[in-house]
Amino acid sequence: MKRFGLILALLLASPATAATIAITGGTVLTAVGETSIANGTVIVRDGRIAAVGQGLVIPAGATVIDATGKFVTPGLIAGMSNLGINEVDAVPQTNDARARTSPFSAAIDIAPAINALSTPIAINRVGGVTRAVVGPEMAGEIFAGQGAIISLAATGDILLRPRAFQLIEMGEDGARIAGGSRPAAWLNLRNGFAEAQRFARNPAAFESGLERGSLIKRIDASALVPVVEGRIPAVIHAERASDLTAVLGLLREFPKLRIILIGAREGWLVADKIAAARVPVITLPLFDLPDSFETLASTRSNVGRLVAAGVDVGFGIFGGDSGTQARNLPYQAGNAVAQAAVPGGAGLTRGQALAAITRVPAQIFGLADLGTLEAGKRGDVVVWDGDPLELASAPVAVFIDGIAQPMTSRQTELRDRYRDLAPGALPFQYRQ
Amino acid sequence: MRFLALSGLALLAACATKPPPKSAGGKAGDIVSIPSDPYPSTYRAFPGVTTIIRNAVVYDGTGRKFAPGAVRIENGLIAEIGSEVAIPAGATVIDAAGKFVTPGVIDIHSHLGVYPSPGVDALSDGNEATSPARPEVWAEHSVWPQDPGFSRALAGGVTTLHILPGSANLFGGRGTTLKNVYGRSVQDMKFPGAPYSLKMACGENPKRVYGARNQLPSTRMGNIAYGRQAWSDASTYRRKWEDYTRRAKAGTAKPSDAPRREIANDTLVGVLNGEILIQNHCYRADEMTNMIGMAHEFGYKITAFHHAVESYKVADLLAKEGICSAMWADWYGFKMESYDGIRENIALVDKAGACAIVHSDDANGIQRLNQEAAKAMAAGNRMGMGITPERAWTWLSLNPAKGLGIAARTGSLEAGKMGDVVLWNADPFSVYARPEKVWIDGAVIYDWADRSRRPVADFELGQPGRGDPK
Repeated sequence: MKRFGLILALLLASPATAATIAITGGTVLTAVGETSIANGTVIVRDGRIAAVGQGLVIPAGATVIDATGKFVTPGLIAGMSNLGINEVDAVPQTNDARARTSPFSAAIDIAPAINALSTPIAINRVGGVTRAVVGPEMAGEIFAGQGAIISLAATGDILLRPRAFQLIEMGEDGARIAGGSRPAAWLNLRNGFAEAQRFARNPAAFESGLERGSLIKRIDASALVPVVEGRIPAVIHAERASDLTAVLGLLREFPKLRIILIGAREGWLVADKIAAARVPVITLPLFDLPDSFETLASTRSNVGRLVAAGVDVGFGIFGGDSGTQARNLPYQAGNAVAQAAVPGGAGLTRGQALAAITRVPAQIFGLADLGTLEAGKRGDVVVWDGDPLELASAPVAVFIDGIAQPMTSRQTELRDRYRDLAPGALPFQYRQ
Repeated sequence: MRFLALSGLALLAACATKPPPKSAGGKAGDIVSIPSDPYPSTYRAFPGVTTIIRNAVVYDGTGRKFAPGAVRIENGLIAEIGSEVAIPAGATVIDAAGKFVTPGVIDIHSHLGVYPSPGVDALSDGNEATSPARPEVWAEHSVWPQDPGFSRALAGGVTTLHILPGSANLFGGRGTTLKNVYGRSVQDMKFPGAPYSLKMACGENPKRVYGARNQLPSTRMGNIAYGRQAWSDASTYRRKWEDYTRRAKAGTAKPSDAPRREIANDTLVGVLNGEILIQNHCYRADEMTNMIGMAHEFGYKITAFHHAVESYKVADLLAKEGICSAMWADWYGFKMESYDGIRENIALVDKAGACAIVHSDDANGIQRLNQEAAKAMAAGNRMGMGITPERAWTWLSLNPAKGLGIAARTGSLEAGKMGDVVLWNADPFSVYARPEKVWIDGAVIYDWADRSRRPVADFELGQPGRGDPK
């Protein structure tokens, strides 16, 4: 009954106009601290959250969504992903995350490649993901290029912020790209930043000061200017404790840098240093294998220990096929909670875990009007049929900027075509 | 011994009968035969005590649930299961109120040991990608028993796992079944008497690897053509041995008349004789039907399709053929042949009456196969299937045991089976659950609260973070 009511209400709320919506009766998890509002109401007006609380007056004319017995959260935010630039990972024509043989590096800008109709967008939207940080992967240089922030909305322009950060590969990957050693990668990094500073001082004189055969091109140096000037963050991939410490050391040399660490699987060994530097981390809580020599101390307690030390940790999935599985962020978060029960382990509270897939990534990337259910924020709201971090739960409604999103994807269409294998009057290909 | 029972055709499996096997090249007057188990298991169960776990919720692995439930483990075996069980004097009793008990998880598709941690080239031993057909290689000869991954899988409740070669080749080599108990050699870990498997692969990987070298196969039709020739050659090899054996028994063939051993064909003939099980990497539904056709043509059986992301399109056929599907819960889109992956796959296969298995193929995923099953169950239930947790648990232990030919010995909590048991701190279909203790053959091999019961592989000694509960 309730489900029917909900679906009907959603049909009324569609199509893509931001009507006034009141989501009533659910358990509202705001992603602010451990806040959980029983029998709460969320009112969304003009695409923004107007009010959150108990016993709110429903505005006249509002579409009411009955969420009794359900949970309401902010839309999930992937702290890193390949969404929109990767359709089939191993089909290079559909994968714009990698540019290994490009002559350019830092200037590579993924924004024009973002494809709102790529199927992983809908597949992850159905899973409650409403925004994503999208990063390039490896380029031919340690500077992988400029990532973007996107919306997963089914309509409208999904590019929220182009050139939102620069992704930099250090550690083992950076060493390999740079010619075979960490020192070589560090030289590339310092050279790039120094050239960017020189470019900023006098762009016209840049070429005349450039050494013949220099590794950095004008356009790449130019793209690094906002990084060294701290106008956009440098998302630096490193895993080993010593590499993390070395990356933090960059702040002495380039004090305006805004570093975000990504990976940081041995971060817990230097958690106090990361916290003291006020550097946030994007990672996942389920790494626990010493699958390379830079991840020997991997543990599922990494995230819990970093957070306990005062580090802001957001969850993001990067690299290969997992870049299109942001819908599993709740599974990651739930497991971070589970780790707290392990004797000798460190995990997150449920509030911290939800924040790691909503509020914290928003904060880390400066998305001030996203990540929580608070008045004034964008109307990204998800209604779940159970505890949002549980494996059995799934969204029953997803709103982005107050607009009800379709709950279908290529995968639901495949499912519906083959749910009944009894032969029909025509082949399966006619079922649609 | 399950393996011996499977060796119905003792022609080439000399160890199936007494007296003990004679290997090829035995003394004059003997009948030369091909040894079926030249690298036998040296696994020994570790000591345990009679243990009763009671007051728990028990999923028994066959599809039954006991709440409250109790299990008695005695002499390394499951002695009794029920709402209550007898408590012999001196037994250890665990009051598991609020906790859950299941059979140990069985992963039918793992590359632990052959692609171990750390993943450096020097330890990468999973694909003998030097010819499309390499049935002569055996994964066990690549398994590094010091892979830290075994300990992580153990902490996820995995008690038995099947190690396969990779999928670069059409015939990747033999897979081997291990108990998840560390040893100094792979033989120390081998599941006693478990049949071997042969890894086969469909689709993109073989045609990509060999097509890139401008050799057969570079297409899907090339894949099948190559496979058919290999099976035909194996049939010829089998006839040679049958002919020799017949003549030797009649006293008309000398040992030196025995055919030359072809290690590769020994494996293929083992398949044709029903002793070696086919584990077939295959994503697409249409390719599964091609592989089934090839199996029919040459008279062998496919035990399981692995990865099988499109099994839901032909689940009726798989049920009819009696072929298991070993699947992920939600992997999709990482390659073209995985593009049609859906979250309902496992549930739809189960609903069609076919054998559904949750597998990992991944050193991280193997640690949470219970959670993958939970996702799949939830997806099915959102379609209205009404799958119970006790039903879903069959995907994690009894069905993979069937797919490995060891279901008579493990995979469920039934009296007389191996004492392979997991005690969970909460419902294992909840994201918040973790194994507290794991028993293998009745011995406590993992205890989350006791550092002396948590293994640390040699590789991790002296390294940062060693001894962490991980």
